[in-house]
Amino acid sequence: MRAFGQILKIETRLYLRDLAAPLITIALPLLLLAVFGLIPAMRASNPDFGDRSFIQYFTPSLLVITLAMTAVNVLPTVLATYRERGVLRRLATTPASPAALLAAQLIISLATILISAVLLIVVGRLAFDVPLPRHPLGFALALALGTAALLALGLLVAAVAPTNKAAQAIAVPLFMLVLFFGGVYVPRFLLPDFLVRIGSYTPPGVQALLDAWTADAPQPLHLAIMAVIAVLAGTVAAKLFRWE
Amino acid sequence: MPVIEVTNLHKRYGGTVAVQDVSFDVAAGEIFGVLGPNGAGKTTTVECVAGLRVPDGGEVSVLGLDPRRDAARLRQLVGVQLQESQLPDRLRVAEALEMYASFYRDPADPARLIDELGLGEKRNTPYQKLSGGQKQRLSIALALVGNPKIAILDELTTGLDPQARRDTWGLIERVRERRVTILLVTHFMEEAERLCDRLAVIDKGRVVALDSPSGLVSAVAPEQRIRFRPSAPVDDRLLTDLPQVTAVTRSGSQVVVTGTGDVLHAVTSVLARNQIIAADLRLEQATLDDAFVELTGHRPAE
Ligand SMILES: Nc1ncnc2c1ncn2[C@@H]1O[C@H](COP(=O)(O)OP(=O)(O)OP(=O)(O)O)[C@@H](O)[C@H]1O
Ligand SMILES: [Mg+2]
Repeated sequence: MRAFGQILKIETRLYLRDLAAPLITIALPLLLLAVFGLIPAMRASNPDFGDRSFIQYFTPSLLVITLAMTAVNVLPTVLATYRERGVLRRLATTPASPAALLAAQLIISLATILISAVLLIVVGRLAFDVPLPRHPLGFALALALGTAALLALGLLVAAVAPTNKAAQAIAVPLFMLVLFFGGVYVPRFLLPDFLVRIGSYTPPGVQALLDAWTADAPQPLHLAIMAVIAVLAGTVAAKLFRWE
Repeated sequence: MPVIEVTNLHKRYGGTVAVQDVSFDVAAGEIFGVLGPNGAGKTTTVECVAGLRVPDGGEVSVLGLDPRRDAARLRQLVGVQLQESQLPDRLRVAEALEMYASFYRDPADPARLIDELGLGEKRNTPYQKLSGGQKQRLSIALALVGNPKIAILDELTTGLDPQARRDTWGLIERVRERRVTILLVTHFMEEAERLCDRLAVIDKGRVVALDSPSGLVSAVAPEQRIRFRPSAPVDDRLLTDLPQVTAVTRSGSQVVVTGTGDVLHAVTSVLARNQIIAADLRLEQATLDDAFVELTGHRPAE
């Protein structure tokens, strides 16, 4: 337990020292929230968004930035780098298991996502009239399942990529797809209907987040798909993952 | 009682046979060297001992335990330095040692180990800013921080400058004084000669010799050659009568005596008895380098 505490402490420090990762993951979504939130028109409700304001409509997409960055970018590249450089193998010669390092990385990912979600909710509420999630339970469920699905995909990338370069080659396009379908590049109301629909079913399931945040309970189908992806990708990743 | 027993070890990777039929024992407190050209199977052998690779055949026993089955117990007792393993770029020296120390029940004091390895000034330096030799020393420190009973060190001083290499040898000698058994892979004859009690020379996956460094040398090239300039004429028969002497030749004013065993002592005593002084006396002896070339047909590293 002491060993795990040390690993978690050191890995957290390393994560924070990397600066770029926490900045993009936590600070960038907040910054975008502030930039859009400061424009009055973005705070006015608009029938295009189902009588929500643009900022209300867009905040779930900001959370997608955190999720994508953490789960399919930082996590797989860190793990692939550790494996490539023999960090995991070396750890396997000690009483501490490389699994402890994996667990520490997952805890850091979860903490990052949680912190970012709380900050977006609180800052959005206090500064830009974004209501607290209307359906808190549904929101928590949508966030948990979306996170699980995306983390499982990230682990799958880490499992199949032998090197850091290979991990980047898979992770970067995946990262961009997740952002695209999450409505980050182009707000979803500007996308054709079928793309919006696809985006509802691709991790992390931005539609479910939006529904729970601004309307009502997320659709069970949206949640179920995230759960299935999480279980499938997670199982395959666990089967394929190698320490060396 | 051997603490490491390797019997008929076999290991192949796909079609390549990396290790075929390697056997050796290492006694408690011994420094045992594994020597051999690139690709000979040294890393494969010691990583089977460390439980990192699964042998295809043969037996490995470490402290009476099985490296795979009893891995959890052995990891407390065996410290391993891998030939190729790095640390995260931003991890600092002291952090690495403190983290590794926390894994063990009875660790060494990280701060002292840092000083002993000459990394005191670098304790807050991130891994990526260390020189090759400093990285190597940190890696050795990590293998020793758990106060292991056995240390397995693959390529102990590769990449170190001569001074750092000597410092590391000093450290290993101090570790030995604590009765730590050391299994050492090396490319350097001088290192093997200075540190190892016994050596296994491995070539193409087989043990081609197993002896003490001096035993290896005399087995391969038992002859020694003594050259000197006598202060008075020497009768050849005085020397050829000695049982240790095999031949006497002359080159100019020099006498060249070839022989085995303690030929040097025999020759100097007989000269002294006859009041002859041997000027410019030199003993030429095969070195471990010569033995290595003889055994493997390769030049050793450097
Ligand atoms: N993981 C692996 N997969 C496939 N082949 C391997 C693997 N590891 C080693 N080999 C092969 O097995 C043989 C022995 O390799 P090994 O690393 O044990 O040699 P070594 O004596 O340690 O060499 P060096 O002095 O270069 O470190 C080599 O031919 C090598 O190419
Ligand atoms: Mg090797």
